[in-house]
Amino acid sequence: METLTKTMQGVPLNHYILLCSIIFSIGVIGVLIRRNAIVIFMSVELMLNSVNLLLAAFSVYRGDATGQVFVFFVMALAAAEVAVGLAIIVMIYRNTNSIDINVLNRLKW
Amino acid sequence: MSTFYFIAFLSIFFSILVITAKNPVHSILYLILTFFTFTIHYILMNAQFLAIVNFIVYMGAILVLFLYTLMLINLNKESEPRKSNLVNIAGFIGGTCFLITIVAALKAFKVSQPVILHDPNLGLVKNLGKILFNEYLLPFEVSSILLLSAMVGAVLLATKDPKTA
Repeated sequence: METLTKTMQGVPLNHYILLCSIIFSIGVIGVLIRRNAIVIFMSVELMLNSVNLLLAAFSVYRGDATGQVFVFFVMALAAAEVAVGLAIIVMIYRNTNSIDINVLNRLKW
Repeated sequence: MSTFYFIAFLSIFFSILVITAKNPVHSILYLILTFFTFTIHYILMNAQFLAIVNFIVYMGAILVLFLYTLMLINLNKESEPRKSNLVNIAGFIGGTCFLITIVAALKAFKVSQPVILHDPNLGLVKNLGKILFNEYLLPFEVSSILLLSAMVGAVLLATKDPKTA
């Protein structure tokens, strides 16, 4: 473990920010281009995770453990969100027999 | 150091596969691989607690939940019809503009010191547990109430209404 941690010494902080913003934008693109509600949900998970990684990187950078505690809270929140969201998707499927989000256009102006 | 770049490449590669895979089951499997590379990132930062929680909660629980939901929603027909090309291109441009904005903001902020772990005990369970149960005891308890209410809500939403069924 020690040697493994030694190997990452010296990665610039900017590269972490770059990595996380690339993954976050991949999540954004996924939300915009897919129609399957579950895949959209997975893209949201991807965004949440990239933010988690960045928060942990900043926490290590500053030497402050608060960031990692926040990541823990975000994970708890994500678990709650997934449970409720998937229940909603199952209910939508039961009512409309499809999880295509284009079926759900009744709120359209 | 090169380990980081290799793993970063893998995370980006698998996350692109998540949003481009046609079959939702493949998407979920690629998402599991992406989260595994995230776990490796946490290990590289010596954030052991987060690595374990990410491994158990995300890969073990959340993604299995996704797979089970997909099993309940039986999509035998291969996948959804794709959006029109115009919408795809617009979405891609939108996401790329977002990325470019962030990268440009990053350029403005030139300083980039390396991420160095000064205190090797930072991400260990012992240290985080002390902080969690001293300074963040109230948010911790509140999050347990949140999880309970989410569980009740999920059960309530997913059970069939006996009057209509």
